[in-house]
Amino acid sequence: MRDYAWRLSKSFQGEILAIPGTAIAFFFLLFLFFVPVITSNPYILGILIFTSIYAIYAASWDFLSGFTGQVNFGHAVFFGVGAYATALLNLELGLPPVVTIPLGALFAVLTGLVVGIPALRLRGHYLALVTLAFPIMLTGIVLAFPDFTGGELGLYGISPLSGSRVLTYYIALIVMIASVLILWKLTDAKSTLVRTGVILHAIREDEITARASGINTTKYKLLAFCISGFFAGIAGGLSAHFLQIAGPSNLTLFFSFQPIIWTIFGGIATIYGPVTGVYILYPLMEILRGVLPQFRTLIFAFIVILVLLFMPQGLTGWFRDKIEVECPRCKLTNVATRQYCRACNAPLHLEQRLEQR
Amino acid sequence: MFANILINGAITAGIYALLALGFSLIFGVAKIINLAHTAFYMVAAYFIFTFAYHLGLNAPLSATASIIITTAIGVGTYKLVIERIREHETAVLMITIALALVFQESILLAFGSHFRSAPSFVSGHVELLGVTVSIQHILTFGVVLACLLGIWILLSKTKLGIAIRAVAQDREIANLVGINVNTICLTTMAIAVALAAVAGAMVAPIWTIQPHMWMHPLVMVLAVVVLGGLGSLKGSFVAAFILGYTVTLVVFLFPTISFIKEAIALAIMVAVLLIRPEGLFGVAFEEERL
Repeated sequence: MRDYAWRLSKSFQGEILAIPGTAIAFFFLLFLFFVPVITSNPYILGILIFTSIYAIYAASWDFLSGFTGQVNFGHAVFFGVGAYATALLNLELGLPPVVTIPLGALFAVLTGLVVGIPALRLRGHYLALVTLAFPIMLTGIVLAFPDFTGGELGLYGISPLSGSRVLTYYIALIVMIASVLILWKLTDAKSTLVRTGVILHAIREDEITARASGINTTKYKLLAFCISGFFAGIAGGLSAHFLQIAGPSNLTLFFSFQPIIWTIFGGIATIYGPVTGVYILYPLMEILRGVLPQFRTLIFAFIVILVLLFMPQGLTGWFRDKIEVECPRCKLTNVATRQYCRACNAPLHLEQRLEQR
Repeated sequence: MFANILINGAITAGIYALLALGFSLIFGVAKIINLAHTAFYMVAAYFIFTFAYHLGLNAPLSATASIIITTAIGVGTYKLVIERIREHETAVLMITIALALVFQESILLAFGSHFRSAPSFVSGHVELLGVTVSIQHILTFGVVLACLLGIWILLSKTKLGIAIRAVAQDREIANLVGINVNTICLTTMAIAVALAAVAGAMVAPIWTIQPHMWMHPLVMVLAVVVLGGLGSLKGSFVAAFILGYTVTLVVFLFPTISFIKEAIALAIMVAVLLIRPEGLFGVAFEEERL
């Protein structure tokens, strides 16, 4: 037992504290757990709850489009189905949020199948443009049956996620961390536990070769649609219970573009990138809503343009290049300030040294 | 009723065709999916509004000036922004949607969210198939047809058109035979934006001008080009008429549910793609061609 604890603390030191990127992520999560201690302002907590919910939403887009390469321009359809299904289950059957959110997410999985099956026949640009159609078609259905779906006003009177704002904050935070860890593990190409990571990478890089190597690409692409739909559905369900409203504003074109913008800003195909993107951009936009409401979207658009022009690999990729360096011999990640690798003692900045000479 | 559908459908379809043609052209030549395409259409409409009501110019003059300025803006954004990241497909999609938002927000700041309209080029009505049609509507349709014909002649008969088609078929080979690919891409962008600006100028007097007017045509243009086959001009034309008439039919026959016209048009697109994944006139095995 003591031996196990010792090994855990060693790997914590070696794999989390020694690498600046993970260390920052770890301390940031720790900080998030202590936010309600610092402030109990319901407005700030509300913004952070939404940030957590949208972090799940953005990470699920990155899973499907960044990792598997199935560029989805209508991701809002999963969020919307999750929100509407959760709301209907709660209002019609009176089920509590613990039951409605997972069930709502299963409806989003079904939507993933419905979207995924036609999408399997399409590639690249066609896929991107066709997926764009699904949220708009769902909006049409929602508006065509106002008695059932609430029409333009949406469904309201959904029971709250929990009794207090602080408890809701912790629920959203823990669900976010759990979802992001699961998605991150599923996309880990080095993992020996699950093979999905390496297979999804292979499908993105070259689908024909992946199929030639005996991978059932159809199965895995559908799986990616379902998993991504599941987590986006959870985000939708959380948002419906938190806002106590599920409406067609969750299905707009702009809401489908949001996760893409967050992901590209943070760094595509990383899972932590979209989460970083949401945690920077969403609170920033909320601050701007208070300070300069009429310039809000304009500033947002300019940030997107500047990031795409000057940091095409996203903020996290750019930042990691500054603070981390990979050992040329053993491929271990080191702090950029070190001269020699912490494991094998190989010199780290060989090229720069040669240049100096 | 029938004549109404026929005439209004023809105008709607013509505008979609004009927009889709430019969109398809720049995609075929430079492999850019320009989601800001219909934003240029909106910018052109707003310029006409400004020239006509704030500077007091007459309608044809303000339309010409607005088409020229919009084209200049389009070429400028292509040079400054789009060309630098042309290679990254997803980045192009994101940056063009951000550009569209920049145009939308700038217009909101400058003009507010009021619904506006521009003066007609010509006044008067004629009796056609038993319905009164304003000459403005007929002029719109005539200009659309003239533009489509002009583009067809440009692409099939002129040296520039042949160069554009060569770049669309194979960039590298076109480069090898001495075509300046970058200039051709820039020229194509200018033509595409000019077509969008013409569409904007033609609808300014007959449809309402407002800062979100680019959204609905964008969705329809995407549906049209996907249905017709990406990069196929003939396909865009045919699909524009199919979807233009579908939308008009929905609006005239079921006015109570006219808000789901986009959903119906997109459902038709998805249904066709299930049978023909490359669209009506698209080329299959496009991967091998690139």
